[in-house]
Amino acid sequence: MDVVIVGAGMVGAACAYYTSRSGLSVAVVDRGPVAGGTTGAGEGNLLVSDKVPGPELELALLSASLWQRLSEELPPGIEYELKGGVVVAASEGSLATLAATAAGQREAGVEAHDVTPDRLRELEPHLAPHLVGGCHYPQDAQVQPALAAAELVHSASRAGALVRPGEEVVEILRDRAGAVRGVRTNRGELRAPVVVNAAGTWGGDLAALAGVNLPVLPRRGFVLVTEPLPRLVRHKVYAAEYVADVSSGSAALQTSPVVEGTPSGPVLIGASRERVGFDRTLSVPVVSRLAARAAALFPVLADVRVLRAYHGFRPYLPDHLPAIGPDPRVPGLFHACGHEGAGIGLAPATGLLIADAIRGKRPALDLAPFAPDRFDATCPVT
Amino acid sequence: MRRTRARTPAELVGADPEPEFRLTFDGRPIRGLPGQTIAAALWSAGILTWRTTRVHGRPRGAFCGIGACYDCLATVNGRPNQRACLLPAEPGDIITTQEGDGHAALEG
Repeated sequence: MDVVIVGAGMVGAACAYYTSRSGLSVAVVDRGPVAGGTTGAGEGNLLVSDKVPGPELELALLSASLWQRLSEELPPGIEYELKGGVVVAASEGSLATLAATAAGQREAGVEAHDVTPDRLRELEPHLAPHLVGGCHYPQDAQVQPALAAAELVHSASRAGALVRPGEEVVEILRDRAGAVRGVRTNRGELRAPVVVNAAGTWGGDLAALAGVNLPVLPRRGFVLVTEPLPRLVRHKVYAAEYVADVSSGSAALQTSPVVEGTPSGPVLIGASRERVGFDRTLSVPVVSRLAARAAALFPVLADVRVLRAYHGFRPYLPDHLPAIGPDPRVPGLFHACGHEGAGIGLAPATGLLIADAIRGKRPALDLAPFAPDRFDATCPVT
Repeated sequence: MRRTRARTPAELVGADPEPEFRLTFDGRPIRGLPGQTIAAALWSAGILTWRTTRVHGRPRGAFCGIGACYDCLATVNGRPNQRACLLPAEPGDIITTQEGDGHAALEG
């Protein structure tokens, strides 16, 4: 065995896919099922539109092209749709901010088209009339995240990967020099010189098993699911304020409307962000705010029934960037976690970078901004 | 074993319901009892399906009967996607077969 990947969410699945295809002998372990954590609790967004120029956008652009390739290699059941995103503005002020953001993104290689109110109605006929304009991002896409993770794991397993759901890692085995030599689980030992931490929101706990600090915190979000509808919402549509909410460092509640249709009919409504630990209580104020804001964007939704709400915990790191790459503090330990709300989109690039780093190949992107030990100066181990 | 002549659930439990009332399914009158769900009233009238699926147009009726599976959706008084197995039948209810998502008016 060459590599043990801990975590069978989307990022762990992508790591398994790319490492096993590069010829490495791989095992994937997860204490729960495939996609049982944050992957199964998201909307499956593959977005470039909500990222400003910088390392995360580079990761997103690489991932966008990898997702296109994956959509041809994996079965159509993953519901990959290159649907495009539409960001809308309700005031001239937010439209100006949006246009400035889009101009910067274009220089970084993002396709972004300014949209007049008339053109907005052509793109999305059911949008509210008060919107003053927006921006169209044709590279934004969507996937059914649980199915896509399952297909990636399935494909890795056909390439020889060992898949062990329902098995919890309780110890990271080290040699006398401190280097990783595998994991102990509740069912036995898996020996390998490389362990990949793809434990998502629980990645900080796994890092602690190796004696290192990685301050991953949960950032809760709710999603509402409507009754199945005809295709009323064609793109991923969200308000310009969403980008500011995503990059906020506040623990307090932020909500901005994010609305999208799905191939099976229901419309998904997000997005809320709040740091409340792993609190699984349904928050009526949050879901009612989400519903009201979605109906303000798409008045037709006011008379539509919401069938259910679900929630998940985004893996939040203080600078909103994931941890990707080898941990200089523990030889053999690699991290691939902390992608916050963008893990589905960023997973393929993460998996590819991890596979290259393990094999000692020069990675396609500079890993320095994602260095797993970058918080040691500011967040000492407690 | 003592044989009983009871033939319906109401007879088996010795129920003494309030007077029955009328509702309609696709324009045809059927009988309902106070406390019955829409699905129970439809079953009592021998009706087993009241929806067609979104993609293949296949017939559907009650499956789990306890509100979990969303298979028994019906259009009740013009409102689609009502769970027939949970919704109590009311006098004069108008139930219609739901085709697909039941929102044909929003198409276009």
